[in-house]
Amino acid sequence: MIMLLWRKSVNRLMGVMTALSALLAAAALLAVLGYVALNGWRALNVDFFLRLPTPVGIPGGGVSNAIVGSLIVIGLATLFAVPIGLGAGIYLSEFGDNRFGDLVRYLADVLSGVPSIVVGIFAYALIVARRGQFSALSGGFALGVMMLPAITRTTEEMLRMVPNSLREGSLALGLPRWRTMFSVVLPMARSGVTTGIVLAIARVAGETAPLLFTAFGNPFWSVDVQQPIATLPHTVFTYAISPYADWQSKAWGTALLLTGFVCLTSLLVRRFSRQRQGA
Amino acid sequence: MTTRTANTPATQVLGKVGRAREATAPDHALRCSAEVAAGTSGGLAVNDLGAGFGSFLAVDAISLQILPNKITAIIGPSGSGKSTFLRCLNRMHEEVRGAWARGSVLLDGKDIYAAGTDPVQVRRRVGMVFQKPNPFPTMSVYENVAAGLRLNRFGRVPGLDEIVERALVRAALWDEVKDKLHQSGAALSGGQQQRLCIARALAVQPEVLLMDEPASALDPVATLKIEELMRELARDYTIVIVTHNMQQAARVSDYTAFLMMDEDRAGRLVEFGPTDQLFTKPKDRRTEDYITGRFG
Repeated sequence: MIMLLWRKSVNRLMGVMTALSALLAAAALLAVLGYVALNGWRALNVDFFLRLPTPVGIPGGGVSNAIVGSLIVIGLATLFAVPIGLGAGIYLSEFGDNRFGDLVRYLADVLSGVPSIVVGIFAYALIVARRGQFSALSGGFALGVMMLPAITRTTEEMLRMVPNSLREGSLALGLPRWRTMFSVVLPMARSGVTTGIVLAIARVAGETAPLLFTAFGNPFWSVDVQQPIATLPHTVFTYAISPYADWQSKAWGTALLLTGFVCLTSLLVRRFSRQRQGA
Repeated sequence: MTTRTANTPATQVLGKVGRAREATAPDHALRCSAEVAAGTSGGLAVNDLGAGFGSFLAVDAISLQILPNKITAIIGPSGSGKSTFLRCLNRMHEEVRGAWARGSVLLDGKDIYAAGTDPVQVRRRVGMVFQKPNPFPTMSVYENVAAGLRLNRFGRVPGLDEIVERALVRAALWDEVKDKLHQSGAALSGGQQQRLCIARALAVQPEVLLMDEPASALDPVATLKIEELMRELARDYTIVIVTHNMQQAARVSDYTAFLMMDEDRAGRLVEFGPTDQLFTKPKDRRTEDYITGRFG
């Protein structure tokens, strides 16, 4: 009887503790979001989106160069990572049941765990040091490297989910393998692959470390991929560590913008993929 | 020799077997063997075919003649290598990792396993229908039928609409889908989907049609439709069907091959002959045991 009581109370205790942990996890996330929103919303106005940064001491101005810069760098990263990641994922799923495939899978998993600062150093050594100049291109390359493993592995997994009977149906029509891949298998996996790509973009959009010594930052308007460029995360970094109240407030605003972008993307992706499942 | 013999043990179990045929089978077989050997028609000559996966031997030492414009049924218990054998006839077998095949399969006198033969080209001449209907879900009915032609070349296929319509008519599906050609093929019923897959295979204009238990996932009405369709198609195509269902083999086929697993687990040909003969007067004891339901 006492044993039963004991077991029951332990059970209850454990239940309460896990529920508390869940609450804490949710609270931490909400606290971050709330704190960023609370401090950031005051910095948001039309100028914030449309103007360039002003020199210290001059009020007003905005981060339009960083918004455009981030879009350019992420665009470059996508251009670089999507074709390679898609190709690698297709290879792994359709032809990768061999040692080379295993090696690629292993390396992709290792690469996804490499600290982002190391990826930045790599891009620095490979592009910046050789050309003697920070550039949007090198920043895009660094982010692209970070996207690569995620795109590769999700593409592979999504393609593997396509039933083999469809591949056979296509091959039996006398269609070559590459045709089967592009016209039958890939369309089946399209929504999953797209979701993977968008999530990979959302994940690297907030990366700061790889951009520190690649894209570098730029207080002026620049859309030249060969020149240093401002980005949202990097702007948060420089503004936040500055001693000026105005800049710090802008750092909050930029952080809010960045968070909003990432949250919105994940929400859209979730909605999109759920709709596809329902259809 | 008559085409039907009553009162053997096999017929008593199976009831009415086969259908009346005008020509006596052996005569026809002889004539067609000559044709196959001369390489003048859409027949297949299988010589000492063996196939397996890695170190596993799935079928071994199979030799038989598949006659043009006839339906040849492959029957046998589970694991006797029926499907593997069938998949060797259009080189689909090798699409499975570790699969291998030896021996030769002559299509119109030319070995489809000869060095330098492109399996993709073989499959355009030897079409296949699978056990589970597998229309391409991302494509419409029309696109499904057109897939084999449209995806095989760049640019427009001349007369594609007519080809698609003809294939659907031949597959006895046209009347049911002519108003929804541009809806998804996955929205059709199971039997319709299977006929769509047959139409898809026919659109490529193959000479031989391989069917791997094409009705086993379908209800009796749909099954009957597929069987009628097969008889109809046999006028223009050589058909090879794998089936679990002996009654089906007896109903639709002209020739039947009985495969069985040996002690070494490899499927071997036990008996091959005209269907009515194999079902009424089997030469091999094992064939009789199988068709009378003593095992399998």
